[in-house]
Amino acid sequence: MKLLTSKVFFRAVLIFNSFSILLPVFFLINSSLRSSNDFASNPMKLATHPYWQNFSQVWADGAFATYLKNSVIITGGSLIFILVFSLGAGFVLGRYSFKGQSLVTGFILSGMLVPAKLAILPLFIQLKWMHLLDSQLGLILVYASGALPAGIFIMSGFFRSLPVDLDNAARVDGASELQVLRKVLVPLVKPGIAIVAIYSAIPIWNDFFLPLVFIQSPEKKTIMQGLTLFFGEYSSQWGIIFAGLLIAALPLIILYLVLSEQFIKGLTAGAVKG
Amino acid sequence: MAKQGLKRQQNRMAAVLLLPGLLTVLVFTSIPALTTLSYAFFHWQGFQRGSFAGLENFRRLFAFPFKDQLLMAFRHNILVFVGIYIVQTSIGILLAYALFKAPRGQRFFRTVAFFPVIFSLVIVGYMWQSILNPFYGPVNYIFHAIHWDFAAQTWLGNTSTALPTLVFINLWRWVGFPTIIFLAGFNAISTDYVEAARIDGATEGQIFRKILLPLLAPSMTIVTILTFIGAFEWFDLPYVLGGSSGGPAGATDTLALMFYRLSFGSVDSGANQIGIGSALGVIIFAVVGVGATYGSKFLRAREVEA
Repeated sequence: MKLLTSKVFFRAVLIFNSFSILLPVFFLINSSLRSSNDFASNPMKLATHPYWQNFSQVWADGAFATYLKNSVIITGGSLIFILVFSLGAGFVLGRYSFKGQSLVTGFILSGMLVPAKLAILPLFIQLKWMHLLDSQLGLILVYASGALPAGIFIMSGFFRSLPVDLDNAARVDGASELQVLRKVLVPLVKPGIAIVAIYSAIPIWNDFFLPLVFIQSPEKKTIMQGLTLFFGEYSSQWGIIFAGLLIAALPLIILYLVLSEQFIKGLTAGAVKG
Repeated sequence: MAKQGLKRQQNRMAAVLLLPGLLTVLVFTSIPALTTLSYAFFHWQGFQRGSFAGLENFRRLFAFPFKDQLLMAFRHNILVFVGIYIVQTSIGILLAYALFKAPRGQRFFRTVAFFPVIFSLVIVGYMWQSILNPFYGPVNYIFHAIHWDFAAQTWLGNTSTALPTLVFINLWRWVGFPTIIFLAGFNAISTDYVEAARIDGATEGQIFRKILLPLLAPSMTIVTILTFIGAFEWFDLPYVLGGSSGGPAGATDTLALMFYRLSFGSVDSGANQIGIGSALGVIIFAVVGVGATYGSKFLRAREVEA
């Protein structure tokens, strides 16, 4: 019993957990640097002579680069909409008081409660009618709409926490409302912008459900959707598959290594606010 | 006068800045969410709406051939919820408590624990599919190497191991999330309570059980509700690893997969059945909505004031 509450035991738990998490990832990286035949003969050997051809072969498969580019366009495009709109709406809700404000807040809160997957059928038919099916803009708008309620909610909290005198001082100095927002307040809510960006961008980059339903043209598919095709196409060409998986995961891995604190805050932001 | 001018400028700003966001949400979230309920009460020909159907779609959902699928999928969702909830919550609390009690290197261990949360389920799914591959994967390779041949299962291909394996993979991917929530919960507990108990001679075990755990209730509420919602909308991982029919032989079928098959058709069932799919959507929505609402009410009432 004494052992169970000792620091040694807790340290051991944490070390064991780190191994269980890092070992599969190490396996993925290691295997991506081995030739398919080498891997098939023994999955456990270290890649002492890195076989970089896997990566050039993934790249040579032109579709993969296209998927990657599309994911960048879709995630980036959604992010622009989400950040601009939630900055604007968050500013208004956090700094102004106007008639119907509680109505607007209620509407935004209700938007957070909708399970997006279950509205997929009407959305599909509506996008078809709007000629936004199989379109990257359509996908961007749907992602933006899904992330906006939480984004506006988080931003309005950040705007509200700033002292009121800030805007008034700037107004006395002759700043317009837009200047108050852009020059005075936006620099102060940067941590909020980071949280909203991470909160919305990671699930969009990782998502494959909406592209699965909305995107049919091969040249418009996203990386996660493309991986499902890639995995079938290169089945048993292990080296290429592992290299493909790693390339798809790498952007977020690198960002996470640099910004882990912001990632943890951003991705748990939705849970803590409730 | 100047004040009125400001008010007018602000009203114009409010409209210009609010409307784009609100309209986007209205068109792409609120309207589809509201119309989805009506879909269940109409006949459908492909994506063409027909006449009013009353409860016909619900009746057909609860009749052959959908009834058996529905009950099996529902059972899987319940099993997944219970399984994930028990294992993930216990390990999450253990890890959070370990981070809380042994803070040296906390930043590193915390960063590692949360790491898999950033991975797409597509990547997580395929990575584990390779690791668990019965012929080439390292797991069975090790079992064979130590002559534990009985332990070398076709993990994802066997109807009895497929669902538990998916739960395990889900655990690997997600356990860092409750860990962070619980750690925040531990950190939010006032040290006064712990100090007072320690002065009264309480052991660390007693402090954990009698003070920390009850005061962790708000975090527990959040984790419980999120796990419940996640389990009943479980789609990505079973789709990536078992396909839209929840293979092998429906062993990993879930309500969300069934909803997807009915809505968009599938390899084995052919044409889509939007009416019946929407009826299932309404049921999932009701289960999740009612469960989450009453669940959080019930759990909040049990939270002690801290």
